[in-house]
Amino acid sequence: MDAIILQILNGLDKGSAYALIALGLTLIFGTLGVVNFAHGALFMIGAFCSVTLSKLLNLSFETVDPTQKDFLGNPLKVKTPYVQEWFGPEVGAAIIDWSVPLAILFAIPIMLAVGYVMERGLIKHFYKRPHADQILVTFGLAIVLQEIVKFYFGANPIQTPAPDALSGVATIGGSFGLNISYPVWRLVYIAFSGLLIFGAFAFLQFTTFGMVVRAGMADRETVQLLGIDIDRRFTIMFGIAAAIAGLAGVMYGPINAPNYHMGMDFLVLSFVVVVVGGMGSLPGAVLAGFLLGILEAFASTTWATTTIPGINQIIIYLVAIIVLLTRPRGLMGKKGVMED
Amino acid sequence: MFGLKNTDLRLLLIVFVLTMAAPFILNPFPTESGLAQFNAGYPDLMQKFVIFGIFAIGFNILFGLTGYLSFGHAAFLGVGSYACVWMFKLLGYNVVPGILLSIVVSGLFALLIGVITLRRSGIYFSILTLAFAQMSFALAYSVLSNPKFNLTNGETGLQVYADDPQWFHSDRLPDLPHLFGLSMRATHKMQLGAWEFQFNAGYYMCAVIMLVCFYLAIRIFRSPFGLMLRAVKSNQQRMNYTGLNSRPYTLAAFVISGMYAGLAGGLLSAVDPLAGAERMQWTASGEVVLMTILGGAGTLIGPVLGAGLIKYFENIFSKINESVLHQWFGFLPDGLEDFVITLIYPFVGKGWHLTLGLIFMLVVIFLPGGLIEGGQRIGRALRGKKASDAGKSASTEPAE
Amino acid sequence: MGILEVKNVNKRFGGLQALGDVNLSVAENTVHAIIGPNGAGKSTLLNVLVGKLIPDTGSVMFDGQSVLGRKPFEINQMGISRVFQTPEIFGDLSVMENMMIACFAKRDGAFKMQAIGSMWSEKDVVEKAEHMLESMNLADKREMHTASMSRGDKRRMEIAMCLAQEPRLLLLDEPTAGMARADTNNTIDLLKKIKEDRDITIAIIEHDMHVVFSLAERITVLAQGTPLVEDTPENIKGHPKVREAYLGETQVAA
Repeated sequence: MDAIILQILNGLDKGSAYALIALGLTLIFGTLGVVNFAHGALFMIGAFCSVTLSKLLNLSFETVDPTQKDFLGNPLKVKTPYVQEWFGPEVGAAIIDWSVPLAILFAIPIMLAVGYVMERGLIKHFYKRPHADQILVTFGLAIVLQEIVKFYFGANPIQTPAPDALSGVATIGGSFGLNISYPVWRLVYIAFSGLLIFGAFAFLQFTTFGMVVRAGMADRETVQLLGIDIDRRFTIMFGIAAAIAGLAGVMYGPINAPNYHMGMDFLVLSFVVVVVGGMGSLPGAVLAGFLLGILEAFASTTWATTTIPGINQIIIYLVAIIVLLTRPRGLMGKKGVMED
Repeated sequence: MFGLKNTDLRLLLIVFVLTMAAPFILNPFPTESGLAQFNAGYPDLMQKFVIFGIFAIGFNILFGLTGYLSFGHAAFLGVGSYACVWMFKLLGYNVVPGILLSIVVSGLFALLIGVITLRRSGIYFSILTLAFAQMSFALAYSVLSNPKFNLTNGETGLQVYADDPQWFHSDRLPDLPHLFGLSMRATHKMQLGAWEFQFNAGYYMCAVIMLVCFYLAIRIFRSPFGLMLRAVKSNQQRMNYTGLNSRPYTLAAFVISGMYAGLAGGLLSAVDPLAGAERMQWTASGEVVLMTILGGAGTLIGPVLGAGLIKYFENIFSKINESVLHQWFGFLPDGLEDFVITLIYPFVGKGWHLTLGLIFMLVVIFLPGGLIEGGQRIGRALRGKKASDAGKSASTEPAE
Repeated sequence: MGILEVKNVNKRFGGLQALGDVNLSVAENTVHAIIGPNGAGKSTLLNVLVGKLIPDTGSVMFDGQSVLGRKPFEINQMGISRVFQTPEIFGDLSVMENMMIACFAKRDGAFKMQAIGSMWSEKDVVEKAEHMLESMNLADKREMHTASMSRGDKRRMEIAMCLAQEPRLLLLDEPTAGMARADTNNTIDLLKKIKEDRDITIAIIEHDMHVVFSLAERITVLAQGTPLVEDTPENIKGHPKVREAYLGETQVAA
């Protein structure tokens, strides 16, 4: 029992990253009709927002402390981060410690801006072009973004640790007679993703803005005939989708140290998730994300990998192929989406 | 001649001359000069030019003609590589059986994947091929490499070991891939003044095969089959209502391009008998997409040019480091020199991918016909609107 | 017994009865028009005939063979060609290539692998295509990309491609929709000439009464998914039920 719940948790944390990226992909596809191969890059940029913030917070100045000597007998040079100088040592240290959660605030405006610029500057010009061109230009953009990050941050992964308070291991389920140890940060990640998904759905369901966007996804022309400027709202939706991917990236940092190609790695699987969930279906994307994440976790257990070596590497693709052969529209896909 | 029209024949001749004289053309700088590092006329790189040329020609038969954008063609390249090395392991180092098997196996593999992925078109097709290629990569990297059943030798890569059977190997034959005794590494070096030119057996074998592939591609482009493939790209609805079944046409194109990819993979193993799973990774599939689009999808010569350009970038352009830049801009005043170098540095050397990505985006945005279209536009501008026809895209084929 | 026999065809979309008990018989070598107000089920019926939609019940027989469950390309190979409301042609190919595709489809069937020989060395196809272009006054445009042709030329191109397949039944879906009067009249003349020159059955779905009464020998009036009357044009014009359902409200003047 413990083992099963442990695997479900394992699946949920990877699954939430899939679900968040797939949700953004679906939003963009559903609203703008564009398949965004650069969406993984947005996830990666989010992760590097938190890297940047932690670098900024660690900017220091040096002072010489005459009372202390280093091992050569010279006066010791002490580095003090500016934040510690400004806010006092304790608060400053706490701020640095909490840099990843703080990066959420830092990343939201950046990601919205990146999304806005990307849509207005590039993708807008590709609405009327064939889908193949859209794929190609966003693929090119993904390469460029990835290389820029590589140039400034190097090719190696950069550790972005979780705050001390959240980096331990929690024992959960005691009251149900279970005994499961699980890293706290991963639980935080699952909860955070749940919140973000819930927030996105609530936004689409209960605000006027969201209602118009949903109507536009269903029937763009009619909504335009009503005199509503749907393009503007779609641009904003692109920004929001970018922000969702970015936040997923920010919070994923402590689980896997960010590197410049993490976006591409996730993108391929997220596409599979979108296809399995059903192109254009938001609940489908989320559902498929979690399902495939959990499936992958179970396929990664020692029992599974000794029975069929490497099954964890291919299970998602296998399931995707089976789903597409039996249900060509995916789990929750609607008729008429992307059909010629 | 060869059943080709004059323009096509001229194009074939140009490609023939360029590939045969490549050891000269690609080595313009004297061996001792500072620019010698930009010489591309060494066997390893020349082989890559023609092998990836074959890969791109094949990809273009699918994408350029039918418009189906596959993001998983590296899977066929990888399968071809493995098939060839297995022939080395079982039969011996003669490259002929290996190359033949790589074509057959990749063709069958493409048939299997094509039957499934071609149930869908457009974006779905791209994503499905991507998923299949990634799965093939995972299969090759880990699943099919375990003590019980080791088909790919996983991370290490598949290679020939001393205890392999090699049934037809004899001591008279070279202990490396060879063509009936002629080693693929056999290289004749020619000194001409300050220049040195290298003529490599492996390169010439691959070049001849590429010429054959190029010739076949021209025939396919001009055939009724090629016309039907262009019909698939243009309007599938009209095609179906004209009594044509688009599925087998597309599938045939998919299998043919898969076989081209497999052949390229087999040749990669033939010149260097080590097949690794990374050849199947989706970045490798993306690379052939880049090559084809950059050169000009749907044109005959474009993909070959694109392949050459990208391989040149990868191997030569990437060598430009800071000290080379300082040499080049040494004539500038110090402050200005540093400034210029800071500006350029991100785009050269290790940053070549960035330049490639930018060029690719610019081509997709402004030159959907690739560099060939760019060249044609310039050519037309120079000759004042006179229609050019050399290497012209198949879509404007005039009648005889 | 007509060349096309539609019996008891029903088709529902959710709660909407798009076609209810449609019976229709198109006699060989006639021009048969199907008219009706918007939403009468004309397009649904057409889509059933070409295999795009499968009806819930009923049968559709073409020359004694059922078309139900067959794919569009199979139905085309049986001898039914379709002209679309907005011309569907191969936009980025030349006029000559468009025509050759149709000729190949007639000669070689749904699929034939001919990957090595040049398409221009298939003399019979080239000659036939040239002949078709001549007869449709498109020969001077043979190198032109069809995407850059005028609307009227595109329509002519599409009809020419259909004729190249020598169909026994030609289905036209509002062939003059969106055309200026002059183009409409040209199209009428073209269709008349086509009918005179060969043995062909034409079924035409049309809104424009001028076109219908210039061409049709039989007319079926469809209303709310059901055939109301079928008769000759003269009788249809005066039919009270038709006036009530359709003509009274629109183009009776025409």
